[in-house]
Amino acid sequence: MLAQQLVNGILLGATYALFALGFTLMFGVLRVINLVYGFYFTAGAFVALWLTQAGFPLVLALPAAAVGAGAIAVVLDAVLLTRLRRTKADELSSLMVTLGAVLALYAGMAAWLGPDIRRLRPGLVGSGALDLWGLRVTVAQLLILAASGVLVGALLWLVRGTRLGLAIRAMAEKPDAAALMGINTAGLAATVSFISGALAGAGGVLIGLNFNAIHPYMGEQMMLRGFVVVIVGGLGDIFGALLAGLLLGVVEVLTAGYLASGLKEAVGFAILVAVLWTRPAGLFGRTDVRRA
Amino acid sequence: MSTLTISGLHVAYGRTEAVRGIDLTVAEGQVVTLIGANGAGKTTILRTLSGLIRPRAGQILFDGRDVAGMAPHLIAGLGIVQVPEGRQVFADLTVGENLALGAWLVRDARATQQRHETILARFPRLRERLGQPAGALSGGEQQMLAMGRALMAAPRLLLLDEPSMGLAPLVVEEIFALIAELKAAGTTILLVEQNASAALEVADVAYVLEVGRITLSGPAAQVARNPAVVAAYLGG
Ligand SMILES: Nc1ncnc2c1ncn2[C@@H]1O[C@H](COP(=O)(O)OP(=O)(O)OP(=O)(O)O)[C@@H](O)[C@H]1O
Ligand SMILES: [Mg+2]
Repeated sequence: MLAQQLVNGILLGATYALFALGFTLMFGVLRVINLVYGFYFTAGAFVALWLTQAGFPLVLALPAAAVGAGAIAVVLDAVLLTRLRRTKADELSSLMVTLGAVLALYAGMAAWLGPDIRRLRPGLVGSGALDLWGLRVTVAQLLILAASGVLVGALLWLVRGTRLGLAIRAMAEKPDAAALMGINTAGLAATVSFISGALAGAGGVLIGLNFNAIHPYMGEQMMLRGFVVVIVGGLGDIFGALLAGLLLGVVEVLTAGYLASGLKEAVGFAILVAVLWTRPAGLFGRTDVRRA
Repeated sequence: MSTLTISGLHVAYGRTEAVRGIDLTVAEGQVVTLIGANGAGKTTILRTLSGLIRPRAGQILFDGRDVAGMAPHLIAGLGIVQVPEGRQVFADLTVGENLALGAWLVRDARATQQRHETILARFPRLRERLGQPAGALSGGEQQMLAMGRALMAAPRLLLLDEPSMGLAPLVVEEIFALIAELKAAGTTILLVEQNASAALEVADVAYVLEVGRITLSGPAAQVARNPAVVAAYLGG
């Protein structure tokens, strides 16, 4: 029973981590708290929904949803954030601007599509389950784990192991100095928007799969969790977000399993408050939030 | 042929005008120094030259091409390379990564490798610390790293913003020895300094900046003998 709960929690946590990574990357590099990020999650889920309804297989719909959400992120960030970044506005301004924008986007989408919950086509992934040493793991869960693992690994490799990643880390720390090195910081900002939007979009598809429920406001619910994960992990800290995401997934599942399922959200926020009280720089205690 | 010609440059932060119409020329192979008190506008001028600030008015000709208002990475691509005020090394990145970023725009891998070797031979302390975060270096070492990082780009015009700021006297001497070496090798340099005596000694030409205006300019030796300069900047 406990082992099964842990497996479910880790699977859920993997998608939280995936979602939070894009958010923390964006904050770490672009220095903006971008609440529109939750919308990229919704957008990714809908792109995958429509593509699979049109008969495309999930292996195509998932990457297409990620790319679509990334492209939307590039456009929206350019429209909303370029000015704020150029004037080096504080984090509160970006919070307020993107809060207004994202509420408008959700409401617009709900007005257009209706607020009802949509379901993915039955039989999209095998409905079977594997029995691994007495643990039940569905095919959907395996797919979620594999996709999150690949994406997280790819992000870490990109940031730590490539020339583009070097530029990203330089810009995260000192944007002006990075520009003096000849790095095209405006172009790199768009690239980072794309990567983080794509992570959010992929997260939307995977959560849509996990709960088989897609609706305009799903990004808003996820954003609250994303906030917990990112702050507990330390804003801008990639490894922190990874660990905190897994932790939140496990804690939610255990709370629902052993206490009451209605409490699972409350526990997440209780952790958030406790962490902010005791370790304002995040659970992993790095005081420098400029890590990406 | 002159490398850099600034004319009628105005730069403002909102309503406060920090640079109020300056003209300045740096000829190829020259070391030109720009001296002035705190808040005179020296950093503002260098940041504008690098494209980090858009000027309100004026021309910045580099080899006959107006670079005023161009994006920083394009200006860097023309060979205008800056060692900014306060060094601005990437503290979380290793010494090696900092040097690699200096060569960001250099396509020729062999030239980069060669320059890397030359710089490490010149600064053996950096070689010992290649894998360490730049933030762990002492202030003097960080300044050497900032210089080395700039040299990785093989600058056609090197902008130095107070390279001696906040450093111990021995390190300051080292920095000026390096500037003299670069000058001997033919590097074109615009040097901003508060350490006026050392700057005037190494420079060919000097400009004095006071609240956004050039109040005096000429051959460095001549400027160094000007009574007003002696009184205000040379502690005479
Ligand atoms: N970001 C900014 N916003 C508003 N005003 C600024 C800004 N940066 C500089 N200033 C003002 O512009 C003027 C010139 O500043 P600048 O930094 O160019 O001087 P400086 O000669 O480099 O001084 P220092 O020797 O102290 O480095 C000063 O009055 C300063 O207060
Ligand atoms: Mg200055």
